[in-house]
This record gives sequence, C-alpha cells and structure tokens, in this order.
Amino acid sequence: MTDSKYFTTTKKGEIFELKAELNSDKKEKKKEAVKKVIASMTVGKDVSALFPDVVNCMQTDNLELKKLVYLYLMNYAKSQPDMAIMAVNTFVKDCEDPNPLIRALAVRTMGCIRVDKITEYLCEPLRKCLKDEDPYVRKTAAVCVAKLHDINAQLVEDQGFLDTLKDLISDSNPMVVANAVAALSEIAESHPNSNLLDLNPQTINKLLTALNECTEWGQIFILDCLANYMPCDDRESQSICERVTPRLSHANSAVVLSAVKVLMKFMEMLPKDLDYYGTLLKKLAPPLVTLLSAEAELQYVALRNINLIVQKRPEILKHEMKVFFVKYNDPIYVKLEKLDIMIRLASQANIAQVLAELKEYATEVDVDFVRKAVRAIGRCAIKVEQSAERCVSTLLDLIQTKVNYVVQEAIVVIKDIFRKYPNKYESVIATLCENLDSLDEPEARAAMIWIVGEYAERIDNADELLESFLEGFHDESAQVQLQLLTAIVKLFLKKPTETQELVQQVLSLATQDSDNPDLRDRGYIYWRLLSTDPVAAKEVVLAEKPLISEETDLIEPTLLEELICHIGTLASVYHKPPSAFVEGSRGVQHKRLPARAVITLVKRTGLSGSNMGAGLGVAPAAMPASLGGAPAVGGGLGDLFDLGGGVGMPTGSYVAPKTVWLLAIKAKGLEISGTFARRGGIIQMDLSLTNKAMSVMTDFAVQFNRNSFGLAPAGPMQVLTPLSPNQTIDVSLPLSMSGPVMKMEPLNNLQVAVKNNIDVFYFSCQYPLSLLFVEDGRFYRQVFLATWKDIPNDSEAQFQIKDIHLNSDVASNKLQGSNIFTIAKRTVEGQDMLYQSIKLTNGIWVLAEMRIQTGNPNYTCTVPRIVYASLLHSQ
Amino acid sequence: MSRCHFLSRQERVLLQTPMSSHQVLICRNYKGDVDMSEIDHFFTLLMQQEEEGLVCPVMSHGNVHFLWIKHSNLYLVATTNKNSNASLVYAFLYKLVEVFTEYFKELEEESIQDNFVVVYELLDELMDFGFPQTTDSKILQEYITQKGNKLEVAKTKVPTTVTNAVSWRSEGIKYKKNEVFIDVIESINVLVNANGSVMSSDIVGSIKLKTMLSGMPELRLGLNDRMLFALTGRKNQTILHCLSDELMKRISPTNVKPLIWIESVIEKFSHSRVEIMVKAKGQFKKQSVANNVEIRVPVPSDADSPKFKTSTGHAKYVPEKNLVVWSIKSFPGGKEFLMRAHFGLPSVENHELEGRPPITVKFEIPYFTVSGIQVRYMKIIEKSGYQALPWVRYITQSGDYQLRTNS
Repeated sequence: MTDSKYFTTTKKGEIFELKAELNSDKKEKKKEAVKKVIASMTVGKDVSALFPDVVNCMQTDNLELKKLVYLYLMNYAKSQPDMAIMAVNTFVKDCEDPNPLIRALAVRTMGCIRVDKITEYLCEPLRKCLKDEDPYVRKTAAVCVAKLHDINAQLVEDQGFLDTLKDLISDSNPMVVANAVAALSEIAESHPNSNLLDLNPQTINKLLTALNECTEWGQIFILDCLANYMPCDDRESQSICERVTPRLSHANSAVVLSAVKVLMKFMEMLPKDLDYYGTLLKKLAPPLVTLLSAEAELQYVALRNINLIVQKRPEILKHEMKVFFVKYNDPIYVKLEKLDIMIRLASQANIAQVLAELKEYATEVDVDFVRKAVRAIGRCAIKVEQSAERCVSTLLDLIQTKVNYVVQEAIVVIKDIFRKYPNKYESVIATLCENLDSLDEPEARAAMIWIVGEYAERIDNADELLESFLEGFHDESAQVQLQLLTAIVKLFLKKPTETQELVQQVLSLATQDSDNPDLRDRGYIYWRLLSTDPVAAKEVVLAEKPLISEETDLIEPTLLEELICHIGTLASVYHKPPSAFVEGSRGVQHKRLPARAVITLVKRTGLSGSNMGAGLGVAPAAMPASLGGAPAVGGGLGDLFDLGGGVGMPTGSYVAPKTVWLLAIKAKGLEISGTFARRGGIIQMDLSLTNKAMSVMTDFAVQFNRNSFGLAPAGPMQVLTPLSPNQTIDVSLPLSMSGPVMKMEPLNNLQVAVKNNIDVFYFSCQYPLSLLFVEDGRFYRQVFLATWKDIPNDSEAQFQIKDIHLNSDVASNKLQGSNIFTIAKRTVEGQDMLYQSIKLTNGIWVLAEMRIQTGNPNYTCTVPRIVYASLLHSQ
Repeated sequence: MSRCHFLSRQERVLLQTPMSSHQVLICRNYKGDVDMSEIDHFFTLLMQQEEEGLVCPVMSHGNVHFLWIKHSNLYLVATTNKNSNASLVYAFLYKLVEVFTEYFKELEEESIQDNFVVVYELLDELMDFGFPQTTDSKILQEYITQKGNKLEVAKTKVPTTVTNAVSWRSEGIKYKKNEVFIDVIESINVLVNANGSVMSSDIVGSIKLKTMLSGMPELRLGLNDRMLFALTGRKNQTILHCLSDELMKRISPTNVKPLIWIESVIEKFSHSRVEIMVKAKGQFKKQSVANNVEIRVPVPSDADSPKFKTSTGHAKYVPEKNLVVWSIKSFPGGKEFLMRAHFGLPSVENHELEGRPPITVKFEIPYFTVSGIQVRYMKIIEKSGYQALPWVRYITQSGDYQLRTNS
C-alpha cells in the first residue's frame, strides 16, 4: 500500500470530512487524516481552514505524525499568525524532549515559521539548544540563528546569539563547526562591514582542522569562508594553500571548485619566484581537467570558471588543450563553452590541432555550433599571427562547401582578418565574390560590401557588384545600407570617372528617401565632403584604419578579479558581478584579490602613470597617478605650530573642520558645508544643510558623479524633517566604494549633486586621501625590506615636513589613528627611521620611510606631503 | 526588522513532471524569499529555450534564478535570488537523485507520489535553510525509514554517525569474516579523428572498496610509488572509509595507444546503398582478453535491408538508434577482426541533414591496467587485531571511446 491513495479523494465536502477525521480519537485515523491534508497541500489545494484541527494533533509521541504537522505549520503559519501561537507551547516543550531528534526537529521547524510573534518565544529554547549536549541539536540550532536573523536581525543581536554562534566555531564537532561557519557567512553577507567572522590565524587554524573531518558540504562552507580571509603575510598564505590543496582531489566538484577559489586567491600573495608557487600552479591543472568528467551541468559550471581561470592565469592549462575538444554527445551549452576555451588556449604551439578540430566542427549539423566554430577559426587567425594563412585557407575550404550559413559566417570573419592583416590576403576576394548571391544575412552582406568597398581598386567589377546591392536598397537592414553608402563613396574616390552616377544615386537614396537619421547624416556628410573638398574627402574616407585588437572579448581586469573571488557561484557562471543580478546587494563591497605589488610615489616631477602601473600589477594604473601632485587638502603647512607637543594617544582618524561647499547665493538659498571622516572603517560625509531662503525645503537627495575611487552614497540622505528657513541640520551620509570609477582631476575631486524640492544643485569638493586608508593596512613585516629595496629609485619621492615638535612614538601613534602603520623603527646616528605602510581601499599599497632627527623639527618623508602634514598637525 | 529578500541559497527543491503536464509534484521551501508562483516562469523559459535549441542549465527571470537538472521524466529545479554557489547546487541536486534512487529504486513521478511523506522527511533532513546536511543515504536510512511506525517503537536516538567525526560509519559493526574487495578500475577515454590521428586519450582511474570489516578499523592501501603520491591527498577518505568509496584521480593524458583500434570505411552511394567495412584490432598484450566488446557503427536513418558478414562475433542492426552493433564476446590482444555490412538506401533522397555520429566502442579487460597501477599492500589496523583478507581485481574498461567517421 502506498501513499498515493491520499491524493485520490476529491469528493465534495472534503474539508469537512477531514475535519472530522482529524478530531477522531483513533490515532491511526488521525495520522491518515493528516497525511491526506499534507497530500492536498502538496498538490496545491488550500487546506489552511484546517489549521486549528491540525495543530491539535501536534502533541503526539508519534514522530512521523509530528513531522507532518510541523510541515503543515511551516506552510500555513504565515497565513494564520494568530493561530500559530497555539503551537508555541508544544514547540517549547519539544525543545526539551529527551530525544535529541525531537529537540532538533522542534528548533529547526520553529526557525522556519516566519511569524514575528513566534520568534519571541523561540529565543529561550534556541539558547538552550545552542548549548545542547548533542551535536545534532547544536548544529541545527546554529542554522536556526541564521534563520532567526533573516526574520529579525535586531533580536539576534540583542540576544547575543551571534557571540554564541562565534563560539561554536571552536566546537569539538566538525559538523557543528561547518554549520556555524555557514550560518555566520550568511549573516555576514547582509552586514558587509561588520566584522562578524573576525577571522584571525587562530580561527583559521580551527577551520582548517575541521576541514579535514567534516562532510563534503561542510568542506564547501569552510572553503568558501576561507576565501574571504586575508592572510597577514605570504608565509601564512602558503601554509593555508598547503592545507587546502588536498581538497583538490575530492570527488565532489563543488568542493574542488571552492578549493580552487581559495588557491587562486591566495596565490596572488605568493612571490612568483618561490618554488612553491610553481608547484601550486602545476597542482591546479589535473583537478580542473577532472571536473570535465562530471555531469553535464557541473561541467558547464566548471567550464565557465575555467574560462575565467584561463584569462587570469593562462599558464595553468596551457598544455591541456586536448581535454577541451568537443565530444559528439556533449550538450550544446558544454560544446559552446569548450569552443571558447579552446580559442583562449590557442597558441602557436597547438594551432594546427585546434584548426583541424575547428574544421571538423564546422561540418557538424548543429547550426549554432557550426557558426561559432567558423567564427572561432577567424578568432584564431587574429590571435595567432603565424596561423593566419592557414586559417584563411581553412575558411576558403569551408566556403567551398557552399553550405549557406557556413559561407556567411566565413565571410564575416574574413572581413575581420582583413582588418587585422591588411593587404595580405586579397587574393581570396575572387572566391568570396562568387558567393555574393547566397548571402542573405545582414551581417554577412555588410561584411561583403565592406570588403568590396575597401578593395574596390582591385576588383574589376566592383561597381557592378555594388550596383546590384543598390537595387533593393530600401529593403536592406540599416547595417547594410550604411555599409553600402560608405563602400560606394570609397569606390568613387578610387575610381571617380566611372562611378559618378552610382555615387549620386546612393547619396540621394540615403539622404532623400530614407527615414533613418544615421543614414541621412552620414549621407549628408559624404555629400558635403565630396562637393567641397574631394582631397579632404579622400583623406577622411580612405584614411588608414587602426588594426583591430587581438582579444576583444577579454573580461575587464577588475571585473575578472572580482569574479575570481566568486569562483563556483552564479556570478562566475554569468560572468557578472553579484551586484548586477542580486537585489539589495548594491553598496555591498566588491571582492578583490589581495594585492602584492607595492608602489611609492614620485613627487619630484609629475609622475608618469605608466611606471606606476608597472609597479602596481593589479590596480588600474591611472588612478593614483596624480596622487603626489594633488593640492593640499584641508590645512597646508601653515597651521603646524598650532599643534603643541604632548598629544600622545592615537587620536582616531583626522577630521578636517567643515568648509562651505555650496554657497547659498548659488543654490537658491541652500548652503552646504561639510567634511569627510573615516570612523571605524566606515567612510562618512558629514554635511550641514542650512536654509537661507524664505520657504521650507524638503525632499533632499544626493548623488555623486563618477570619481577616482568609486565613492558613492551607501544609502539615501536622511533628512527626515523639512528644513525651515534659517534652520541648519547636520547629516551624516555613509559612503561606500562601490560606485563607478573614473579618474578625476585632481584625483581626490568629487562632484556632488544635491536635489531638493526647489531644484538640483551641483558642487564639487575634495576629500582627504587619508579617507581611503584602510584598517588592515599593515604590510607584512617579513617582506617589507625586500619590497622596499625593489622599488626603483625613480618612483621615490622625498620631501620635508617642517616644524613638527613630536617625537617619533607620538608621531607614529598619531598616524596610526589614520591607518598609517609603522612597521618597523630603526635608530641610526640620532635619527629615528620609521618604516610605514598604508593601504588604499582599492588595494594599492604605499610604503614610506620617515626620518626624524631628534631636536630637528623637520621630518623627511617619502609620501605625499598633503597627507602627512595635515595628519600630523591635526588634533 | 529585516525581512529582506536577499539572503538565500537555494530555497526550494521542486520535483516536477514532464513538460506536458507542468505539474509541481512536490516543493520544499527552505527559505521564505522566493515566491511559489515563480516556478511558472521556469516552464515558459524552458520551452522558449527548447524552441531556440539553446537550452542552458541556469536560467533567470527577474531576480530569481533557476538551476535545474533533468532525471528521466522529472525536472529538479532549485531556485534562488542570491549569488549562490552554483556547483554546490548542482552537486546537491544530483545527490538528491542518488538518495531517492537508493530509497525508492526508481526516481519517477509515481515513486514521489507513493512516498511523499518520506520525501518530505528526507528533504527536511538533507538540507536546512539552504545548507546541505547529511546526504549519505546509508546514514539517513538509519533514522528515516519508509515504514514510519518503526520509528515510534524504537525510542530513537540520533545515530552518532550523523555528527560523528567518523561520519560514515556506525559503531559496533561486526562481520564473521573480515574481507576487503578492492576494484581498481580504469576507464579509457579516447577521441580519434576521421583521419586516424588520436586527438586525445586519457584514463580516469578509480579505486572502489567494498569492505566487510568489523569495528573501527583503519585501512591503509599501498600502491606502487607513482600512484601513492596521487592518493595521499584523500588520506582522510582513503583510510577508514568502510561503506564504499570511490577515489577519483585523473592521470594526465599520457598518450596511451587506444586499446582497440578501429579502421572503418563507410561508402555511401546515394540512392542505392551504403557499404561499411570495419576492422578492429586489439592493441594490448596477447595474454589479456577484452570481454563483451561492442562496436557501434552509425548508419543513415533511411537505410534498409541490412546484410552482414563478420570474421568473428555477430552484428545486429538497431534501427531505432541507427546503428549496427557488432558484438564480440572475447577479443584477445593482438588479434584483428573484420566486419562488413551492406545496406540499401531508398531512391528518394532524405533531405534531412544528419549529423555524423562517431563509432563508439565498449569493452572490458580484466586483470589489466593501462597505467600500471598496482596494489602493493593493504594493512588493517584495529584494536582487536584481526586479520583481513584482501581481494583485488583490476579492470580496464571503455569510457568515452569515440572514433570519428568520414561520411
């Protein structure tokens, strides 16, 4: 007898019948009835009317019945919140049941009932369960904290559950550890700035120990959590890598990918000349290859990730081309991904094999795959110069097949090849022209027309060919029309005598008979050019074109870095940052790879962006370029004497006094003054809004233009009450670093738009660079010296800060308040040398040496004057 | 109050019937943030993609993402609105299939309906708030059974295995005879081009253990040097796993000669006939024998009136798959066999474009490994100090073994 019978009752008055059965005295009958209710629920019938009757069945010692009732509760409690309270007593009682299975079941179910009133009652049982003697109950309770946090975050914080959860990371049972880590990570994701997971070498060690003992899923939670950790130096990073590497041979693909993520991230920190670095690179290849023997969907995820890894570190898989060859029975999505990776791995060494494969694919049946294969041949030609000739001849072979879509794709890519290697393969044009009639796709037609126009002087009947297209000009797509117009103008400039009529025809078609503004505009431009100055026309239209770039399809480096931090997740499958597809994740920090490269700044002359970039390795080169040249912000050297000696304690980040940014006369009575502050890792813009107009101001909002470091408001500006005339309010606006980036001049310039009910106003202000110094800016002591020595002399800058009467300890304390860390101190001949490091929000390191001569109030320093001066002088 | 909708891994697992009826069979909501009705978009999307011929295992509608797999006539769909770990989701979905198959023999529409109570129980136990929990069906079977009443009788305890450090084994196991069966299995993947050049060849090796050992033994397996290195990585699982464990390790392609070499000539005379000649050669040592060899040769879908001639074994036409299957019970190393086939073709040409499926080969060679891996010693350490008997088998078999054809 099976459960399917429960699905069969569809008579009228069913609910009524069920009600009677639920209230039956017989246990068996009751259970049968509950099963029927659940069956109805499963097929989507509304059985919420039975709520009180089902809840009545809750008090039972029959575990199966209890589970069913709980299931019912989870489904309907939300729609009947008042009645759900009826269940609370039983829950609380069950949480104290001698049977751990029941205790766990109760706490698990309670967490799933998303009714506020219930959550209040949940706290006490949960607290007990978190300390339960049975690990099964503890691990369930750990997850329950995350559930509760999702419903009522404040409650969880107030009740101190987060601390208990943190304690569970040290639990003796690996399952408990894994679930606690999972729960904490989940909670931390909604609080990007909280230091919830507070990872330090001790906890990391605990996690690594648990890693060896827990289930495959637990391993994934732990690895994903490890990936968010920043090791303090390369030695720690190596030791973590060593302990994570064994996970690479796990049978579960998800474990492997999470391990790969950790390794890819921490590898950034290893010096490239280290033996271990090479070993690690070699170890990564086999597991990645093995992922391709998993189920198709897992293969797909793996391939999308390999695509990223190949772009980041091509050396890992450069010898593994063959494993990406397409199998006949691969699903189409796997085939297309493999093809893409093949092209990325194509090099002079393996191009022959790749081409042979691609040619094979180009004769398959699946049209989409064939098209992509043909394009791939073109991409190979552009990527591997030595192979271009072979690619072209392969494409010609394919054109001979006369398969319509193959021919068209081939022509499109041959056009690209011409643009990469001009004047090299024109001999094939004749063959291409033979296929003119079979082209029915706009892209192919446009490509062909471009070729004819570009090489018009070598095609005897170019005018005839183009004329034939012109007949149906108005039926063509815009792409083809534009191309045709340009091609005929080119033809005319090359062979003016025979084609005057043709060019007039096309110009009038484009300008007089067309509705397309692009086409008309282009037509007019040509027309005017040709009629006013044919020589200039020639120079413009027939100008030498820039070569097309080799890899137009590479992922932009900062995005690539972020995606590497998300290996295995949906982001890595979509190749999009999470903020692009997850609601509510705006303002969440973008993950970045740890940076190893170090820069110092040149002050002497304007520093060149290029040599910065070279030293930088990862960060966008242009950004810090003018750092040294930036004008003094907030207090120059003038106010030095004001700061008398004795301030010894770290004073926290320096906050400049507010200055007026927006004058009332320029903003219809709104005056804004403000400053910036960094408080506990959070950047804030402190604003004072003053209403100097006669009327009340409301509806304030603020927006930033793109800026050098991606500063953006992390939330709306909170001006809750209307601003009456002559009133001033202070507002603190938290900022995040997740906005769009664009280099500003000067670098720390910020353009702001403020809106109120009257108008929108614009102003610009400059933020102190110290705003961007992050709290974990302590450089690795072990490598400081070596790195220091590696910095070429010409990227160093020296300057003096005058008249500071602080001794070195006080100065160092003071600077630390602004996240400038003293890594080492040396005293040589009465001079104190402080070695210091700063890390910017975008991962750039700045190293500095400060010399302080006792008794001499002048400091010699190698970092931008502005920063140091204003910080040292601040109070 | 945060009732935000952005903290989720996969919220639901839905088991669904085939497209035609579009019915949600069962659904488990692990988090409260994806609406039940979202699943309707899944079918619309799937149908769209199928029409376009570009199906993808990840689909999205608005901010809801669907990650799905198909098992016989069921779709298992996970939904999320978060940047979830996609590989974890798929691995979990496949695990579900595995667990349900162990419980119900077949995972299909009926078995879900017939056992919906257990299915709910399992879904509850397998995942909590989007975090996969215990997914080992052997352990689950210790406390979730298909006969619910069993549970109330035995005043249950949580099996220690659920949370044990040794999570894969219960205590107090006893066997009369302590034995270990070790299967060393190597699957050969080969891809040969139509012109006979080997495009890729590699081995996926696995060691499967079936252990019947009492108590809490530690098992050490010593393999010859080269491989020992490869296996230490999974020490944790290698030692001690006592149910059955699979060790996967790929040996990087060492350009192994394809063990069974096929030469084929397929001549197609339009409107009249197809002639096929296949030569198979055993490229392994003479002492070994390949068993149950099956060589599958594709033929056009409109072929008819088959005629065969083989030097050994027998050939059969399988019209529903458009294949000739040539089976050879035993194929000694170094030998060469021949098969000829003749098909008629209709005089009216088939306009449908057909793909060119490759020839595929299946075989099994016992007592032989390509890589030369060998089990050198096996040691059991257990407090009671019993002796255990090892049984070792070596099998080399075909994995993905494809030879492309010309026609």
